[in-house]
Amino acid sequence: MSGHPSTYNPSTGLEKWLDKRLPIIRFGADFMDFPTPKNLNYWWTFGGILTVCLVLQIITGVVLGMHYTPHVDYAFASVEHIMRDVNYGWLMRYLHSNGASMFFLAVYIHMFRGLYYGSYKAPREMSWILGVIIFLLMMATAFMGYVLPWGQMSYWGATVITNLFSAIPFVGESIRTLLWGGFSVDNPTLNRFFSLHYLLPFAIFGVVALHIWAFHTSGNNNPTGVDVKDVKKDTLPFHPYFTVKDGFAIVLFFILLAAFVFYNPNALGHADNYIEANPLVTPASIVPEWYFLPFYAILRAITFDLGPITAKLGGVIAMFGSIMVLFVLPWLDTSKVRSMRYRPVARLWFVLFVVACLALGWLGGKPAEGIYVMWAQIFTAYYFAFFLIILPLLGLMETPKPMPRSIAEAVTKPKPSEATTASNAVPAE
Amino acid sequence: MTTSDPTQNSDPNRRDFIHIFSIAATAVGSAAVVWPLVHQMNPDASVLALSTKEVDLSAVEVGQAIKVFWQGKPVFIRKRTPAEIEAAEATPLSALVDDNARNANLQSGAEASDNARTTSADGKATPEWLVLVGVCTHLGCIPLGTSSGENKGDYGGWFCPCHGSHYDTAGRIRKGPAPENLAVPPFEFVSDTVVRIG
Repeated sequence: MSGHPSTYNPSTGLEKWLDKRLPIIRFGADFMDFPTPKNLNYWWTFGGILTVCLVLQIITGVVLGMHYTPHVDYAFASVEHIMRDVNYGWLMRYLHSNGASMFFLAVYIHMFRGLYYGSYKAPREMSWILGVIIFLLMMATAFMGYVLPWGQMSYWGATVITNLFSAIPFVGESIRTLLWGGFSVDNPTLNRFFSLHYLLPFAIFGVVALHIWAFHTSGNNNPTGVDVKDVKKDTLPFHPYFTVKDGFAIVLFFILLAAFVFYNPNALGHADNYIEANPLVTPASIVPEWYFLPFYAILRAITFDLGPITAKLGGVIAMFGSIMVLFVLPWLDTSKVRSMRYRPVARLWFVLFVVACLALGWLGGKPAEGIYVMWAQIFTAYYFAFFLIILPLLGLMETPKPMPRSIAEAVTKPKPSEATTASNAVPAE
Repeated sequence: MTTSDPTQNSDPNRRDFIHIFSIAATAVGSAAVVWPLVHQMNPDASVLALSTKEVDLSAVEVGQAIKVFWQGKPVFIRKRTPAEIEAAEATPLSALVDDNARNANLQSGAEASDNARTTSADGKATPEWLVLVGVCTHLGCIPLGTSSGENKGDYGGWFCPCHGSHYDTAGRIRKGPAPENLAVPPFEFVSDTVVRIG
């Protein structure tokens, strides 16, 4: 899987026999032995947390699939059947629905970590791009999963989102009909969403394997952003040092999940989804799940026509563009310094970027009128400016702080003197 | 040795045939199977079979509107009051956001006059009856204004609560984010009180 030399020595006869035919134990041993920067902080535990989230969603999802009926006449009732009749059905469903929320919480922290520490920069562009693909697949999976209970928000959320595709010039209407399998969201739509909702997590699993393969080829980034110079001094084997650290973080994260599941399982959902879907009545306001709100705010922020681009198409372009821009981020950021620890100006813009994302999330849940629209437009403008203007220019203009020469130096030197000794050391040598 | 080596031979030989045949069969086979795989997602025969509907309008009073279900979507049928008809007819085309009639019974470029909005498949306008697909042209919500007591918007027609689009008494978009007038479905009066939609 990666460049580091294998240290596995098959000891028993059976292991030797297997190693010549299917070196699967060697693969696992090398994976666990992977040299990992010794200074990884707790922001780095979210990769492990996300893997466990995916496994949790797949296991609870497979179980729910045994009791759920993907038909417009039975779907809503079958979910209630899961809640009331199936042994521990309530637990499986609440784990699955709150697990999805925790999955997105973890992925957003994981992405902000990558942004802050420059994990998208060379030579880790492929890991980053694969991560964005995983994020897109997660969004598609979560969206289709939310349709399955066939409540009012399921139905109308599906209607609004599938109608976005009709904004595409020329082929939009045909694509929408193709997605629906009819002339509106209906039974064929529910059936195909169930099929794809079951399939996509396994696609995510495959891309996760590529994502890990990519950064096992380039090596992990770390909080200093400085490359590993000496494997002996700068790294520790993944197991036991980071399996323990990840494991501890996973336990803490699952306490948060359990708090939601057992004490407030519907806090993150919308009450209207406990009303069965009715194609003749639109709810007073259609609000997506919290993890889509920033993108929903960007969609609704475009209220004006731009030449031949109508407001509707413009909103769709802006919403998809907000994710597409992540694909080219490695080539937009011109700074050679990875970690924003050593980029004092970039750090301030980054904090503002996080604020903008949170604000867009809040605005996405508000009605699209008056002052809310104006603020959504301001924060949407900043979202794009951060990637398209600030990061490209800042790399050329900013003077970075002096960096430690190695990871070993960063972890052995006392913190307060770090900046002064390093700045003295540079001209001296 | 060189003369008998098949890779040195410039004439088409058995290996060339195997290459060309396999690649061509794979390419044509893949292309042939893509279309069924995509097209199976389009509306199936049972969905298409439900594409027309007849509605009895004898119980609808002046000023009243009803909602019927057609192709999985609501269709609004409003028996308009003389005041509503007059308001719609008095609106100049220049005041409209979308000046296209959006009437499936007319040619696609027709102007959105009140007359054109109420024209049925036989080419005759029925100003008393307004038949509309009740789906907001913005993002597909159902506008309010059909049942009595609902918000009819600033122009006395329909109001979409999702993103605030206002439609007038001919179902034309006047204010808000929706880009087009409410669509007029294909319809025809089969008798004085029965309309066929689709």
